[in-house]
Amino acid sequence: MKATVLKIAMAAGLMAGVATGAMAQQKNVTIGVSIPAATHGWTGGAVYHAQETAKELEKMYPGLKVIVKTSPDGASQANALDDLTAQKIDALVVLPFNSDELTNPVREVKKKGTLITVIDRGLKDPTIQDIYVAGDNPGFGRIAGKYFADTLKQGNIVVLRGIPTVLDEERVSNFEKAIEGSGVKVIDKQYANWNRDDAFKVMQDFLSKHQKIDAVWAADDDMALGVLEAIRQAKREDIKFVVGGAGMKEMVKRVMDGDKMIPVNVTYPPALVATAMHVTAANFYTKAPMRGTFVLNAQLITKDNAKDHYFPNSPF
Amino acid sequence: MTETVLRSSPEKRRFNIDMRALSPFIALIVLMIAGALINPDFLTASNLLNVVTRSAFIAIIAVGATFVISSGGLDLSVGSMAALTAGLMILTLNSLGNADMSTLALGMLAAIAVSAACGLANGLIITFGRIEPFIVTLGTMGIYRSLVIWLAAGGTITMRNSDLRELYRPVYFGDIYGVPVPIIAFLVVAAIGALILYRTSFGRHVIALGSNEDVARYSGVPIWRVRTLTYIIQGICVGIAVLVYVPRLGSATPTTGLLWELQAITAVVIGGTALKGGVGRIWGTVVGAVILEVVANIMVLSNFVSEFLVGAVQGAIIIIAMLVQRSVHRGR
Repeated sequence: MKATVLKIAMAAGLMAGVATGAMAQQKNVTIGVSIPAATHGWTGGAVYHAQETAKELEKMYPGLKVIVKTSPDGASQANALDDLTAQKIDALVVLPFNSDELTNPVREVKKKGTLITVIDRGLKDPTIQDIYVAGDNPGFGRIAGKYFADTLKQGNIVVLRGIPTVLDEERVSNFEKAIEGSGVKVIDKQYANWNRDDAFKVMQDFLSKHQKIDAVWAADDDMALGVLEAIRQAKREDIKFVVGGAGMKEMVKRVMDGDKMIPVNVTYPPALVATAMHVTAANFYTKAPMRGTFVLNAQLITKDNAKDHYFPNSPF
Repeated sequence: MTETVLRSSPEKRRFNIDMRALSPFIALIVLMIAGALINPDFLTASNLLNVVTRSAFIAIIAVGATFVISSGGLDLSVGSMAALTAGLMILTLNSLGNADMSTLALGMLAAIAVSAACGLANGLIITFGRIEPFIVTLGTMGIYRSLVIWLAAGGTITMRNSDLRELYRPVYFGDIYGVPVPIIAFLVVAAIGALILYRTSFGRHVIALGSNEDVARYSGVPIWRVRTLTYIIQGICVGIAVLVYVPRLGSATPTTGLLWELQAITAVVIGGTALKGGVGRIWGTVVGAVILEVVANIMVLSNFVSEFLVGAVQGAIIIIAMLVQRSVHRGR
């Protein structure tokens, strides 16, 4: 049984190798997309954008087939990669669950001649990827930090961190670098796991502990919502604003409406899945060179540009 | 002969409970003193009310868990069940739409119905399927969680009507004579729970089932019914917790209630209920839930614990609190 699957997979790989060259003219291309299942607001957004883009691309390029597969954890994602290769894909767009577990499975797919596009979380061996599309985590922290330094100029702020990960560390350390030398001081920071309930609790405790807080960097929109509820309950007037991040539609709407407490937001768009899929498809259907690294800048969403970042139909 | 045993044992047991039931309270008092020494803000009324109010969800769920665990069972699905119940309740409120009391009442009824049904499902599969509760509730944990993710399409289920939200908000943020509503809710739930567990024949059946299933069966305890009922009680408790949870943030997300099952089980064990069944302490459970929340609160209020080490210190404090309890027993 296993041997047959292997044979099929190898055959698929061989065909895929041929396909990238010869079949491009006939415009028959299959792209496999493997992403984490919707277990968090952000991944929910990623799934939504992947499915929308799949429809869009199939309409744009006749002959193109896009298969989107979601997986609840790293091990099932590795299995999903096997299933996708069995369906003779020419290119794989993958948002890996984690770098360690998925480096080898993706390498196996690569060996069959498939074009590999990696999104967001890098693999251990960057030579595997042909195209890399990522959000800008250091920039995410830096832009938020710069906003605090420029707007607040002077004052005490508290920071809510996400889940202890490299990504979180990059954001926070660059945030701290950006406010260095300004009058803005971080008086407290604590993990709240990108979770609304945890953020509510941590913020309640911050409010008991500190008599005066000028602003809050919640670093995530889910956490920002918990923070706002805690501030409202304590009836504290000292907090001038709260900055979240990632561009959740409810929060972008509040920026758009000019909410004083939510003056800005910083993007970390789940739509980067869409960018990766577009670039991958363009590699087959246009003559423009596509291989390389694409870093999507973290952008500051303000009242003026908020409507460009507002997707009322997305679940995120 | 049998009569004498029956007559003497409850008295003896009651005496034991009185001594042992004190130990969680002693652990709590020690923690409070530690908290006050670490940061004087700890003892402010607003901070203490915040902490006890926050412990309400876990306390209410843990009262249900006390029934399940003291009957020798286990329910891992409560966190997912809470998320699913919250999601369905909000969807019901959204579809009814009007900002009035009857809408709210219908939504609450829906929540209790959903959670009781979830508990019934757990109970029936465990009793009639004759499968280990660990496996069954691990399975339903995944099922309930996935259902809420599916309902939310991976995003958030939010109460859309802001007038309704304002109408409902006092259930978490309001107070009666200065006592926050969630605290009253969990005291009432605990009182009813204690009444059922200590003063009814059903309660005695639960304990009998937990201490020795075979003996309970031969003594004519309706095993199937008692066991299924404990899971239904657990479900209803989850429903009540959700009634208090939803007005706080007005939304349910795929991460709602994550790891609540472990917190509830920890609260039950800290409270002195035996994980292997046969002993149930409702008031200890409630104190256990408060202890968990106090520990988390002290962590944030302290200035010397790095945010990277919070988990380690929290774990250590819980173990030390248990050791304090044990030494109290031994001292007697």
